Amino acid sequence: MKFRIYRYDPEKDAKPWYKDYDVALDPHDRMLLDALVRVKEVDDTLSFRRSCREGVCGSDAMNINGKNGLACVTNLKTLKEPVELRPLPGLPVIRDLIVDMAQFFKQYHSIRPYLVNDTPPPEKERLQSPEEREKLDGLYECILCACCSTACPSFWWNPDKFVGPAGLLAAYRFMADSRDQAMNERLDNLEDPYRLFRCHTIMNCVDVCPKGLNPTGAIGRIKEIMVKRAV
Amino acid sequence: MRKFDAVLVGAGGAGMRASLQLAEAGLSVAVLSKVFPTRSHTVAAQGGIGASLGNMGDDSWLWHMYDTIKGSDWLGDQDAIEYMCKMAPQVVYELEHFGMPFDRNPDGTIYQRPFGGHSANFGEKPIQRSCAAADRTGHAMLHTLYQRNVRARTQFFVEWMALDLIRDAEGSVVGVTALEMETGEVMILQAKATILATGGAGRIFAASTNAFINTGDGLGMAARAELPLEDMEFWQFHPTGVAGAGVLITEGVRGEGGILLNSAGERFMERYAPNLKDLASRDVVSRSMDQEIKEGRGCGPNKDYVLLKLDHLGPEVIMKRLPSIHEIALKFANVDATKEPIPVVPTIHYQMGGIPTNIHGQVVAPKDGSPNTVVPGLYAVGECACVSVHGANRLGTNSLLDLIVFGRATGNFLVDQNLPAEGQRALPRDAGELSLSRLARIDTATGGESVPGVAATLRKTMQAHCGVFRNAELLSAGVSKVMELEQQAARTSITDRSRVFNTARVEALELDNLIETAKATIVSAHARQESRGAQARSDFPNRDDAHWLKHTLWYRAGNRLDYKPVNLKPLTVDAFPPKARTY
Repeated sequence: MKFRIYRYDPEKDAKPWYKDYDVALDPHDRMLLDALVRVKEVDDTLSFRRSCREGVCGSDAMNINGKNGLACVTNLKTLKEPVELRPLPGLPVIRDLIVDMAQFFKQYHSIRPYLVNDTPPPEKERLQSPEEREKLDGLYECILCACCSTACPSFWWNPDKFVGPAGLLAAYRFMADSRDQAMNERLDNLEDPYRLFRCHTIMNCVDVCPKGLNPTGAIGRIKEIMVKRAV
Repeated sequence: MRKFDAVLVGAGGAGMRASLQLAEAGLSVAVLSKVFPTRSHTVAAQGGIGASLGNMGDDSWLWHMYDTIKGSDWLGDQDAIEYMCKMAPQVVYELEHFGMPFDRNPDGTIYQRPFGGHSANFGEKPIQRSCAAADRTGHAMLHTLYQRNVRARTQFFVEWMALDLIRDAEGSVVGVTALEMETGEVMILQAKATILATGGAGRIFAASTNAFINTGDGLGMAARAELPLEDMEFWQFHPTGVAGAGVLITEGVRGEGGILLNSAGERFMERYAPNLKDLASRDVVSRSMDQEIKEGRGCGPNKDYVLLKLDHLGPEVIMKRLPSIHEIALKFANVDATKEPIPVVPTIHYQMGGIPTNIHGQVVAPKDGSPNTVVPGLYAVGECACVSVHGANRLGTNSLLDLIVFGRATGNFLVDQNLPAEGQRALPRDAGELSLSRLARIDTATGGESVPGVAATLRKTMQAHCGVFRNAELLSAGVSKVMELEQQAARTSITDRSRVFNTARVEALELDNLIETAKATIVSAHARQESRGAQARSDFPNRDDAHWLKHTLWYRAGNRLDYKPVNLKPLTVDAFPPKARTY
């Protein structure tokens, strides 16, 4: 199978280049990650991240034929050859398909991604009805792969100021939690021309999310709450 | 060089539960991880965490304790098992208070589902003890722990690979060497306490549910530092890995009512385990499946798998309780689980053995006639450790519990040690030399064996010679092959010479750890002439308590084996003496 892969090693390359590969696959190779492992067997200088190989750890996000996705859950049969692989767009490239995710995580950390509840906990669990718990579905499953934020033009232009879809999805995950008590602080934290409002509902995030989540929807909910609070 | 009160190696469930205690107590802590913390393999756990909350009906930690001891085929240490099962409700409530999104019952309490080997009233009938967040319990737990560590301002060293332990002349551990992957630099991290939380090593087998990163780094580090590894012959085959792909299908499927079928459409577990049936212990179910396949009742064109049927649960239950299973079956088996059964085979999943510790996480080794002398400065928690709560076979849901209970206990123990008041022990003169020489070899060797080639042969060898059923002939041939592979691994070379994120170099370093793990496993398995839990010897089909009710200790030097007694004495309750194990 034919691949065209972005290569860059800051120690020897003045600028990025593409390398063509034609590798023989094993009949059991099913996903793009399987093929990348084959490529690495013949060229160990190709660097990429990978771990769980089942779409739950979020390591192997990359740009696949122009669209962000996880290599481990991208079926080879769905790909047009040569398969063009690039690092996630919009983040600095460390090497080959490996990007520097510091800015992405900085935004995630900026929304206080943890439950805030200062009342002393009960001896047992805090109670939550199944209906309250259901409100977290579609929010808590995020794997922080960064497919969404690095597909978002608003994030490309203002990665330091716009929280981005992944961070905002997490922000809403805590707002929606019946156990969280920091709604006002969470809204204050986002009330700014950039942090939340740079989302122009382009919906690339929804299109690429490998877990089928809807960050744009979550952002809409936050905006609604913010408007309600204002009136 | 940098100095800390504590250095943690690994940021999975155990590492981050320990780091949380340490960071919240204000210690200076460095947490090293090969991957960003939420990418650790705890994230892949599905079915739940075991605790006798009693939310679905009566339960008691004593029943949980009995089930765990029976599951371990009496090889588990009863003091550690008592501690774990007694602590379970409290640590689960804490996770809930941290914000973990557990599923809920109509009364608002945490939802619990049945799981293999868990029973009411000492084996009477299945019980609902597994606290679940859909079929993403590990993901929910790992992210919650990371979030709580963000709140505690824990210092993470992301994409740093620990290489070797540093021990001084008295044998105390005084820190580690580590490779910063982005720059390729090696650094010494000096510490008053070094905690290994590196997880499992399922990558020594070809068919494994384990992630690429599960290469037994902590085991290799301990072995090279002349410390023993305990009970490494005991590897759990999870009954339901997707045939061909190895991806895990949670036991929670059977907990929710799924059943296993052979080619005749027969629910064969009724024959092997009349009482708990499909919810018998994992070793029992895996052996039964293997037996069915061996006797020609496997499914598919090659009759090499069985079927996991769950469509009768209805799309509503499947999409609510098992949504990821639906997704995995679709992606990795081309199967819509709401309509068709999933092809499954027993697949390597979990290592019961590891670095020997006590219930405070302190690493122990025989010295001067005492089998459990503390190795000063070194701790181990989670799958890389052997405390031993799982003995010869782990119960489902007890792995997440192990991480949280002993990660927390070790963190608390270290906080009580008042490390900030202690001075650092001096580094030995040759600190770092072993790691530098390993790297120098990799960085200069040319024309040697291929790293992925040797690793692939190792995985195939372990699969063929150390599988579900073992015998002397297979094992002894396997031992020779693994020793040969050790020689080959010492002659590997890579072509990548860059310092920047050189993953070929990382894989070569990981191979050293895989080799140590594989040697420990197959040498220990060859020596143990009995069948117990996950070790099934067709030439020694019975458990032999008279000779083998003891823990194996393997040492790297000369592949030496030693043994130590199982602790059959719980902390406060009466012992559960060994008896025949039926489900």
